[in-house]
Amino acid sequence: MKRLSLLLLGGLAMAAVAACPGKKPETTAAPAVPNNDSLEAERRRIADSTARAEAEARAREEADRRRQQAIADSLAALGQTTNAVKTMLATLIHFDYDKAIIRGGDAGVLDQKVAILQANPALRIRVSGHCDERGSDEYNLALGNRRATAAKQYLASHGIDASRIETVSYGEERPIDPGHDEEAWAKNRRDEFEILAGGDALKQP
Amino acid sequence: MTRALALAALSLAVVAPVRLTAQDTSAVDRGVRIGILYRPGVRPGIVVLTGRAPGLDSLRTIMARDIDYSDRFELITLPGSDSIRLAAAPGARPAAGTGTGKTGGGATSAAGLNYPLYQALGADFAVAVAPAAGDSIVVTVHDVAGGAVRRELRSRLPPLTDPGFRMAVHRLSDRVLEGTLGAPGIAATRVLFVMDGKVYVIDQDGADRRLVSSTDHGAMSPAWAQDGRRFSYMEFWQGHGRLFVQDVASGKRAPVPTTGQALDFTPAFSPDGKTLAFSRAIEEGTDVYTVNIKDGCCLQRLTVGRFYDNLSPTYSPDGQRIAFVSTRPGLPQIYVMAADGTDQQLFAPFDYGATGSSNAPEWSPDGQAVAFHRDVAGTLQVFVLDVRTRAVRQLTSVGRNEDPTWAPDSRHMAFVSDRSGYRQLWIIDLETGRIRPLLQQSGARLPAWSPRLPETAASTP
Repeated sequence: MKRLSLLLLGGLAMAAVAACPGKKPETTAAPAVPNNDSLEAERRRIADSTARAEAEARAREEADRRRQQAIADSLAALGQTTNAVKTMLATLIHFDYDKAIIRGGDAGVLDQKVAILQANPALRIRVSGHCDERGSDEYNLALGNRRATAAKQYLASHGIDASRIETVSYGEERPIDPGHDEEAWAKNRRDEFEILAGGDALKQP
Repeated sequence: MTRALALAALSLAVVAPVRLTAQDTSAVDRGVRIGILYRPGVRPGIVVLTGRAPGLDSLRTIMARDIDYSDRFELITLPGSDSIRLAAAPGARPAAGTGTGKTGGGATSAAGLNYPLYQALGADFAVAVAPAAGDSIVVTVHDVAGGAVRRELRSRLPPLTDPGFRMAVHRLSDRVLEGTLGAPGIAATRVLFVMDGKVYVIDQDGADRRLVSSTDHGAMSPAWAQDGRRFSYMEFWQGHGRLFVQDVASGKRAPVPTTGQALDFTPAFSPDGKTLAFSRAIEEGTDVYTVNIKDGCCLQRLTVGRFYDNLSPTYSPDGQRIAFVSTRPGLPQIYVMAADGTDQQLFAPFDYGATGSSNAPEWSPDGQAVAFHRDVAGTLQVFVLDVRTRAVRQLTSVGRNEDPTWAPDSRHMAFVSDRSGYRQLWIIDLETGRIRPLLQQSGARLPAWSPRLPETAASTP
């Protein structure tokens, strides 16, 4: 039994030695023989594929950049529009002394706000009424309330849902011009318009 | 005959009560008296004396000023100050023991006064302040004309450094006024006002100004409860007006139920302290409401304006009526109604188309008058309405004068005036026309004069 196994081992070893040298030259023969044409072709092939890959990457990047730019551009455009609309919306209206009647000249300003509110159905605003320092401190709270309500009624009568407009009054407590002359008083007798909700992206009317 | 009648009528007119007839005619500085009906000889003269005891100087200074500010006396300054009294004292007989029957204060209060000398100086009364047993003091009120002690007032004062010292002296001053003329004083009172959106309080003599409410929310329209233990005011909360009631002693405040969801402003306590009337601005307009602050319930609407505003309620002292501002004639004027909102009618007459806006009414504590301000030629002036006759009288004419508030004696009034060049708080005596600045600081407004303050509310502000 021991003898048989030794023989078997010896036979396997012989076979292995015989097989190895015979195979080796065949497998290495082709590349080992330099051929200028084939080398050049290979080099070109590699270079071509690299260039193609680079071009593809560049194109991809360019497309990406363009896409980003387009998004940014459109965002900026939207922002500009929103800011422009916000500025329009914030335009003050003014009142005569001890009056809460919308002036003829201010009707256009309010019409603009009507259009903005119509173009942006999610928009909700707050109108605050203000007075100059000449009247009575406490009466001015009632007067400012009348002024805010006057603007709201104008907007509502032009088709804006009244529930989208809140009114408050600050009387003479928040002057925008601290002066004590006719010019300051005229500036301080006003309605302010501020956005409560829905003002992130506003459409131009 | 007709001439005699005319004369009789004239003398009657002269003799008729001169209540509330003084006119504020010019801007004057502290301590200068003015007024067309001011007659110096009419008021009793008084002299305030003090013993040579440490710490009594400030007491005498405060008391002398209180007596002066009562505008009921001629305060006499002795030439050479104490020297006259000291020179006169040794030979004089003690008067206290016999005058009042009290003997305990003999060592201090009964230092005899040279009555004829004080009489010669024009004094009808002399007030002597002296230390007594323990840490108390005794104030002796001498009736100079009668040559006797009228009254002895004993008091234990807190130390000079105690925050309650000044108010304790004010209280004593009011007792002196009661002991001499039988008239209740206004020394132990304070005035609430607004400056820079915060509520402050100041003693009626201009001392001891303190902040009582400060938040980021602008405050307006402080108002006292009649017990002097609470006050109310409004604060802006995100465009709404919320009312608060604050306890004087603890400084704690609580929002008034049902307020703060709209623009609620100008609170006014009913005299019994159970109800708060106020103005509420909603889209429909501004109207007068009441709320039960005792139970925190029962909002009631007293006026329904719709096309005009109703605001600034003020209760009559009997609680039966409310004066308020209404714009129903086209511009604000003073109206009155029953406390339940019925029987609304014009209160202060005006000339349609000629009289300017009238605002900020406050009913006097004696119920006889309502003070307010009215637009006169583009500026504001303080007016007084006689409740019985409904006659309206212009009180001020120098500069812009607004937001009058009555002292509890119904003859003094604090108001805002720019007569000195900037807006500040002033006090006027309606009988003599004398005015004095209460606070020489710009921006103070919306004053509210307290009732006579109870001991507990005053001691720990």
